[in-house]
Amino acid sequence: MDLSISEEQSAIRDVISRFIENEYDFEKRMSIAEGDSAFDSDAYNFFVEQGFTAIPFSEEDGGLNGGPVETMLIMKEIGRGLVLEPYLENVILAGGVLKRLATDDQKSKWLSNIINGELQSTLAFTEPQSRFNLNDVATVAKDNGDKAIINGKKSFVLNGKEADIIIVPARTSGSQTEAEGISLFVVESDLPGISKNNYKTVDGHSASEITFKNVEINKDNLLGEIGKGYQTLESTIDDATLAVCAEATGIMKSLHDKTVEYSKNRVQFGLPIGGFQALQHRMVDTLMACEETESILLWALTTNQDDSSSLKKAISGLKYQIGIAGKHVGQEAVQLHGGMGISWELDIAHFFKRLSSIEILFGNADFHMKRFLTLSNN
Amino acid sequence: MHVSFTSEENDFQKEVNSFFNAKYPADIKDKQNKSVPLEKEDFIRWQKTLYEQGWAAPNWPVEYGGTGWTPVQKYIFANENAKANAPAIVPFGLGMVGPVIYTYGNEAQKKKFLPGILASDVWWCQGYSEPGSGSDLASLKMKAERAGNEYILNGTKTWTTLGHMADWIFCLVRTSSDVARRQEGISFILVDMSTEGVSVKPIITIEGDREVNEVHFENVKVPAENLIGEEGKGWTYGKVLLQHERTSIAGVARSQYRLSRLKEKIRNSDNTQPSLTGDSDFLKKIGQLEIELKALEFTELRTLAAVSVGKAPGPESSLLKIRGTEIQQKLDELFMEAAGYFSLPYVPQQYNLNSDPEEHVGFGADSVSSLVYFNNRKASIYGGSNEIQKNIIAKHVLGL
Ligand SMILES: Cc1cc2nc3c(=O)[nH]c(=O)nc-3n(C[C@H](O)[C@H](O)[C@H](O)COP(=O)(O)OP(=O)(O)OC[C@H]3O[C@@H](n4cnc5c(N)ncnc54)[C@H](O)[C@@H]3O)c2cc1C
Repeated sequence: MDLSISEEQSAIRDVISRFIENEYDFEKRMSIAEGDSAFDSDAYNFFVEQGFTAIPFSEEDGGLNGGPVETMLIMKEIGRGLVLEPYLENVILAGGVLKRLATDDQKSKWLSNIINGELQSTLAFTEPQSRFNLNDVATVAKDNGDKAIINGKKSFVLNGKEADIIIVPARTSGSQTEAEGISLFVVESDLPGISKNNYKTVDGHSASEITFKNVEINKDNLLGEIGKGYQTLESTIDDATLAVCAEATGIMKSLHDKTVEYSKNRVQFGLPIGGFQALQHRMVDTLMACEETESILLWALTTNQDDSSSLKKAISGLKYQIGIAGKHVGQEAVQLHGGMGISWELDIAHFFKRLSSIEILFGNADFHMKRFLTLSNN
Repeated sequence: MHVSFTSEENDFQKEVNSFFNAKYPADIKDKQNKSVPLEKEDFIRWQKTLYEQGWAAPNWPVEYGGTGWTPVQKYIFANENAKANAPAIVPFGLGMVGPVIYTYGNEAQKKKFLPGILASDVWWCQGYSEPGSGSDLASLKMKAERAGNEYILNGTKTWTTLGHMADWIFCLVRTSSDVARRQEGISFILVDMSTEGVSVKPIITIEGDREVNEVHFENVKVPAENLIGEEGKGWTYGKVLLQHERTSIAGVARSQYRLSRLKEKIRNSDNTQPSLTGDSDFLKKIGQLEIELKALEFTELRTLAAVSVGKAPGPESSLLKIRGTEIQQKLDELFMEAAGYFSLPYVPQQYNLNSDPEEHVGFGADSVSSLVYFNNRKASIYGGSNEIQKNIIAKHVLGL
């Protein structure tokens, strides 16, 4: 048994953590969050130049053959640095679908350009009525000779503003909540009939509501078989769930460490507040919550990637843990900072907001507990 | 044993209810119902409506313009206020400094300040906390030095809610450090915010709004007649006010109102938005909250029953603030949870009566739910944090 990371893996972590330290401090991060652009292209290029956008792809596809451990290391640092650049959207979401389903032609058109940073992309995984159910797809694609015509609305499309292509799950058969009959299409976002309502999110990221009105696309833009897109959608979202859980783990650790540090320096009643036992116990509890989360993350990372039902179960277990422990650690960090915890000027508030978004992203604790239980019964 | 009201109390309830139906301005109500933030002008207009009715100050003695209501009547009023979704009174004048002035101030001070507070003509803010003095308020450093007929003020107050809108600030200041207990060197003084040397700097809070401020005092000259009571007794006066703040903070009626809105939201979701009606996990959380809120309601009624026969409230009253704020914060969480993805867009501009609903993101006030949740983490921090409340209970109730 060996739970340590390799030298190559720790090099990845060091590169990104040095980048955050030297070029992506909190001030820089906030100027991006508060600015008009969705993200900073120089910062995104850093991820491209370092080869991080190539990590989870096979060598044949022009990638570096990395696995979930490499992704986890990157995402943890993204968490610690509160990084806003769309690594998740391009590499894990859009890239995740393309690597699984795209033909060679499709890969050279889109995946290669995601890897080399030329193309911005996303996956539109939610609709207004769907909440966390990936199989609830009301958007339809109608067959029209060598074209398909798409009608529907996708809500909360991350990186929607910048995305040149959007991977759109659309129904080609079946009823609204059937897994069968969902097809995945690549939709170029400058086509007529597409309207975007772009906005920033509470955690400084950017997203859009996107409406498709009689959008005509080439049938060559279908990924994989018609009506068979659900499994890929689910596996890709599982990858993304694991990724944001790693990010959340990084955030929780930062919040905990910063709170302990703050409690050593903030003096009230003649003592550092960390000297009060009532608070010491609370920080011991958040330490335990962080460590348990780290352990569950390891469970998910070491689960056999080919055993799909065990993997899903571990990922849902992890996301549940993030939902519960993340909320606990986040709320405690704010509370123990007193008024400083809710001031915009300090990073604590922004870590807390990102953690609160991740709690919802790809399904909250209740959703994943239900999924976990369904998988446990199998 | 029963919890019903007398017939006079029932009549009173009807009277209050018809007042809210007739006089609560429709546009303010509309804003409240759509979660549009109120402007200072809205608060003033509403508080003036109450003033004209003679109901601006339920807690004040009749001689100063109070209502003379019994505790039960005050309770009924608070309930009707919440049921109408009317704004709470901005507390700094009517709830805080007013009572200090009529209790400890001299005749001239009462005459000068109380009418303006009562009519909401003059706006106040609270200058207690300092950068180095939050929970440990008695360590405060802002100085007031006597020079002839004036005090010269130097120092910084922080977290000053609505300081940027206030005309006057009431401050706890240090008039002496040469005392046995540091509390004894603290005085209570009233300062006109337009005095030279007072400057107000915004502090932006987690949800992105300006609600609090840092207020700096640089050689600010304040007439000695603005000192309340005796020099060095400010701590006693200031604490009375804090106690006041602690009992009114439970917010039972408001939480009940919000709970009913949450249930309504879930019942009314149609097929264009996600439905939680069949989500037993979510429903269970609502059920738990409803039970906790009942516990809080009946605890408040126990306190009410005690004070209405002139007894001091028992140890049960100490849980009001802690549980009250915890329940408010749980409600915030549930609203955000119910909104799901729609809680995440940061679109404060759409909470404006003139914004075009066609361009709105999400449903109703869903996107505001996260901002409320983030902002209201303050409820367990200010007015004596919940940790400090527990320290007080351990000391005074448990005798530890
Ligand atoms: C939104 C907002 C509005 C406010 N408005 C006003 C206002 O209008 N006027 C005003 O004067 N003040 C105002 N305050 C200030 C408020 O009263 C203080 O924030 C509060 O007293 C806590 O002080 P602090 O923030 O300095 O936290 P600290 O006192 O530094 O406390 C940090 C943490 O340590 C804990 N702690 C401290 N001492 C102990 C102990 N002995 N045992 C256990 N735990 C302890 C606290 O509970 C807290 O969790 C406001 C605050 C906020 C957040």
